[in-house]
Order: sequence, then structure tokens, then C-alpha cells
Amino acid sequence: MRSIGQRAIKKVPALRGRMVVNLFFEASTRTRFSFETAEKWLSADSLNFAAKGSSVEKGESLLDTAKNLQAMSPDLIVIRHASPGVPHFLARHLKAGVVNAGDGAHEHPTQALLDALTIRQRFGQLAGLKVAIVGDIAHSRVVRSNIWLLTKMGARVTVCGPPTLIPPRIETMGVEATTDFDAALQGADVVMMLRMQLERQGKSLFPSTREYFRHYGLDATRLARARPEAIVMHPGPMNRGVEIASDIADSGRSVILDQVSNGVAVRMAVLYLLLGGHPWEGEA
Amino acid sequence: MSRPLLIRGGRLVDPAAGQDLRCDVLLKDGFVAEVGDRVAAGDAEVFDASHLVVFPGFIDLHAHLREPGREYAETIRTGLEAAAAGGFTAVCAMPNTSPVNDSREVCEFIRSRGESVKAARLYPIGAITKGQKGEELTAFGELREAGAVALSDDGTWLADGGLLRRAFQHAGLVGLPVIQHAEDRSLSEGAPMHEGAVSTRLGLAGQPAMAEAAAVARDLLVAELTGGRLHVAHLSTARALDLVRGAKAAGRKVTCEVTPHHLLLTDEEVSASAFSTRTKMNPPLREASDLAALVQGLNDGAIDAIATDHAPHHPDEKAVDFDGAPFGIVGFETAAAVVFDRLVGRGKLSLDAFASLFSAGPARALGLPGGTLAVGSPADVTLFDPQARWKVDPQRFVSKGRSTPFSGWELLGAPAATIVAGAVVWQRIEL
Repeated sequence: MRSIGQRAIKKVPALRGRMVVNLFFEASTRTRFSFETAEKWLSADSLNFAAKGSSVEKGESLLDTAKNLQAMSPDLIVIRHASPGVPHFLARHLKAGVVNAGDGAHEHPTQALLDALTIRQRFGQLAGLKVAIVGDIAHSRVVRSNIWLLTKMGARVTVCGPPTLIPPRIETMGVEATTDFDAALQGADVVMMLRMQLERQGKSLFPSTREYFRHYGLDATRLARARPEAIVMHPGPMNRGVEIASDIADSGRSVILDQVSNGVAVRMAVLYLLLGGHPWEGEA
Repeated sequence: MSRPLLIRGGRLVDPAAGQDLRCDVLLKDGFVAEVGDRVAAGDAEVFDASHLVVFPGFIDLHAHLREPGREYAETIRTGLEAAAAGGFTAVCAMPNTSPVNDSREVCEFIRSRGESVKAARLYPIGAITKGQKGEELTAFGELREAGAVALSDDGTWLADGGLLRRAFQHAGLVGLPVIQHAEDRSLSEGAPMHEGAVSTRLGLAGQPAMAEAAAVARDLLVAELTGGRLHVAHLSTARALDLVRGAKAAGRKVTCEVTPHHLLLTDEEVSASAFSTRTKMNPPLREASDLAALVQGLNDGAIDAIATDHAPHHPDEKAVDFDGAPFGIVGFETAAAVVFDRLVGRGKLSLDAFASLFSAGPARALGLPGGTLAVGSPADVTLFDPQARWKVDPQRFVSKGRSTPFSGWELLGAPAATIVAGAVVWQRIEL
């Protein structure tokens, strides 16, 4: 799938005649473009639905929206919603396949897949690696999906952030949790920084962006605590100077743009497999 | 008055009267006329109860009948008929209607509507504050005259301690208990589920157990200050139960109720059902340790009553995402049977305690008539078939609400008939 993006003509007929609806109830640039690109390269017919300017603004219920979409017989629905469980809700009411493109603070499975691919490209494997995920753990769907995938593949995951942003009993998901950024970085192979959701300021979850950066911002001094070959990741969009210093984000340690490229490949793979393709057919 | 009714040969379990024996019960003119062996039928209609258990009528201290205001979700008629179909002979209706039951007029309307229905009895609960806004007390005396049996701001915890103090004082004057939904909103923040490992996994906001315990602690202290009579609604956590148990031991006038769903289901249900809104209610489903503590509380007397918190919503209102769904599930038509099957049937609760928690316990908690079938008591009887096998199918509910986490449960034991004031108001039809 990755090689398709490197061709002069970026299109294969794998999903010709298949219809994919991108149902985005929440603002998204990266993920939506990534799915759209994946769909186009696979020759699927895709339809974009953004909540803004749609029937949802006219008060249509989620169930009615789903039923109306179903009436058009899509093969797959890619859903992004601010509320956890909406993909499950749709899956119960639709015949079409459902791909979760992020549901509230619950999950973002394709992000975890692209992160795992990016890590594996650098290290050849995931087993045995120490991964530190840092920032707003409580409100992050990226964290939850990554925890499932990375721990399943044998990586050791430490989550780190201010106590107000570490959800209770996160250890039950098979990770270590700490509020000590330096300790989390110690010996890390992968440092994944999360976006500080600035709209949460004012709820006393963290005092100020300046103080946040002082405690949990990644700069060169801090990064020196990780392994020398450690990579830096970020699911985007970044707040430069809040959770990550610009020189780190733009450095050779950063694989942030590889994550974006890999996102398209991973989503192509997901669409292809869910629409009946087989992993051993065609090129990987 | 209608013909006398002789309940023949059932197993009478009446803990308030200290009885558990096979006998006949004669109901006449709305009251229990005779209890004993081989009671002469005379002109009475005979009801063969030889395969049934005869309980004092079940009383539900906590229900939402939605009328006036949301008749599309439930009416007083459908609600009381559903209650009867669940074995309840009386129901206390929470005041969160529209308009709120905060005046004599609304209270009289609800009471008279209830009297026009041949099903369970209805006891209105009046609001503590006007519009349940937590600002100004209602006229307790007038509400009482209009039929109110207790005062509560229902889903809204009265957070103002000074106002609660005065509420206890006024309520004491007119002899009404104060019911509090114990939830400190500054701690729970209106979260859709319980805070714990499951909420963390699911990325849903959680209400910490302490939000309930903190509210109960504050309420107990204010009650102590005034000598007020406090009833804690749908208590759901081990910590809050410990506080109530301690207060009881210290001789305070406090009672509490728990719901069947808090006794039988944990927050894992939200996950296992893949975010089904059938698992969304307030208080939320808690943890296994809370369940164990609540079952213990049923057995040691810390808990006075099992109440349904029957809270119907229109199916459209529940057919939304978890965050967006309203709190509340229906409970009338499953409550007694699920508790009987899962707790009595599995040896975790005696039949005696079961009877108490559905009849004498709730009657005592709010000072209601009934709770026993001693001669002279109201002729309110719940007949229960311990051998009936059935499967919960919400599509067959009498209630307009359909949302229940017990959907699909296979149960042994079901209400068989409900008798109010000596008349059979509901009878199970075998299908």
C-alpha cells in the first residue's frame, strides 16, 4: 500500500465501484484527508459528510442520519464523532461496515495502526520497546488505541501527564502511569507527545501553557534522557512551544511527517481488508 | 365495595406479622378480614393460590410516571398499570414532572389521576423547592394535604445546606420525610457513568463514588443538626452505605433504598453492551465491590427498601449516543423478578428479607399504609409464582418505556397477580 503513494499514477482499481461515506461529525483535517486520499487511491467512490451545513444542523437524529445513509447502500462508513461509542451505535443500525475514525476520548484505531507502522519502520519490531506517551491522557483517544495495540505487540507503555489529566485506574489497561516526565523519558525508545487541548484551559486542569511546557514540554534537554536512537512522535496538530519545542519537532529524531504518510497506507489497508480484500492478494 | 376475595392455600410470607405459613387470606371491604387455616369462603370469590407465595403488597418508593408533561413517555395510567404488572400495589411518584409537583394543584391532579386508574395506588412526592430549583421551599403543609407522602427535589441534590436545614425543620413540623438524590454535582460533573477502570477504558467521563458519599455525609450531618428524617434515594455505593449504617447505629432517623440494577449489574455492563443506553442511569452502575456491599446491606438491615427508579423515556430519546442519552431505565416489570431470581434463587437473600424489602421496609421508611397482611391492614397483596419461567421482553411491557438492561434475561419466578384494596387489578397471562 505504501508503494502506491510513491508512484507517478497513484491509483489502483482495488475498490472500484465500492462506496465509502466519510461521516465526520467533528472537525478533522488530517484524518479526513488521510481517509479520502486512501479511498481515492483505491478507486472507491467516496462521499463526504460534515456535520456543519448538513441535516444534523437541522435537528436530524443520529439514527435517522444513519438510516438515510443506509438507504443509499454504502459499503463502508468512516465515522468521526465527539461521543464515545457512536461507531458501535452505527454498527448496530447499519448493514455497511463501520470504521472508527475517532470517537471522543475512546478510540482512534487507525491512528494506532499508523503509529505502530511508523515505530516498526524505525526499529524493525515493537516487542521490547519502551514507549512513553505524554500529555493529556484523560481526553486522548490516541492513547487508548495505542495502549491496546502496543501492549499487544509486546511494547512497554508508560503514560505520563499532570495528575488532573491521567484518568483513574489507567494501570488496569496494562501500562505504567507517572506524573514525572523525566522518569517516563528514562530509557524510552519512543516518545509520543500528545496535543494539549488548549480549549481545556480555564477548567483548572493545568495552570498555564507556560507552566505546562516547563513540566511536560519536550525540548532537547529533556529528550536527552531517552535512548540516543529514540524517536519523537505526535498525532497532530501540534502546539509548538506548548507540548513540544519547535527544534525537536523539526529535528531528525522526529517521525511526525512519516506518521502522516503512513496514515494513508494504513487506511488503504483497512479499507481494502474490510471490503473483502485478502492480505495475501496484491501487493502489501 | 366489591365481593370479598378469599386467597386460598398460598404460602403467606409476612415478616412484619412474623408469619411464613400456608394459609388462607380473606379480603373484605378493602381490608384484610381474616388470616388462617381453612377460612370459610362464604360469598367470597375464591382465588386459588396453592402454587403461589402471598406477600403483603409491594410498594415502590421511587418512580417517575411522567404525567403531567411528558405523556408520550409514560402516563399515570400506563405507569400504574405497569407497576401492577410488576407486582406493585403502590408507587411513590417523584415530582420531576412538567410542571413540577411543587404545589397543591399539581399534587391534587396527580393524586386524582392515580385514583381514577384501577391499578397500583399512587402516592405523590412533592418537591422540596419551587420548580426543584433549590432556591425557595414549597408549602409543605399544603402538599401534604394534597396527598404528598414525602418531599424531594428528585434528580437534583439540594446542595444548599442552610436550605436543607430549614427543609428538615418544616418537614418535621408536617411529619414528612425528606428524600435526597445524593449526588454532589461539583464532584460528579454530570458524567454519564461511574468513574473507574471502565470509564477510563471507554473514554467516558465518570462520576466518582465519592460524589454520592460526600452528599450522603453532608445530608446526615444536617439531619443530625435538626433531628430531621432523611431517606436516601437509590443508594449505590459501598461508602455511602457505610455512612447510612453508621448513622443508623447512632440512632439517627435515616432510611435508604437501593435499586435492582445497582444490586445486580456493574459498570462493566456499559462496556459489554458496547455503549448501550440501556446501561445509562443516575446513579450509574457501580463496581463489583459496591454490589457485594449492597447485598450485604440487604441482609443486615442497613437497607430498608428495594425501589425501582422506574424512569421511562421515549424509545427515540434513548436511541442516541451514550453521552447524549437521558439517564433512566424502566424497572416496574422486572424489579421483583430479577431480585427474586438472582438473589433469592441463588441463596443470597432470604424470602423473608425479600418480602420485607419490597413491602414492610418501604412502608416503614415513608410511613405508608400496608406492608403487612395482618387483620385490619389494607387488602393490598402481591401474589408471586416462584416456579414461573420467563424471559424479559421489553416489547411486551405495559409501560411505554422499553429501555432496560435486563432485556433478554431468563428468570425463574414472576409476579402472578396484584390485588389492590381487595380487587385483582392485574393477573399474569401465561403465553
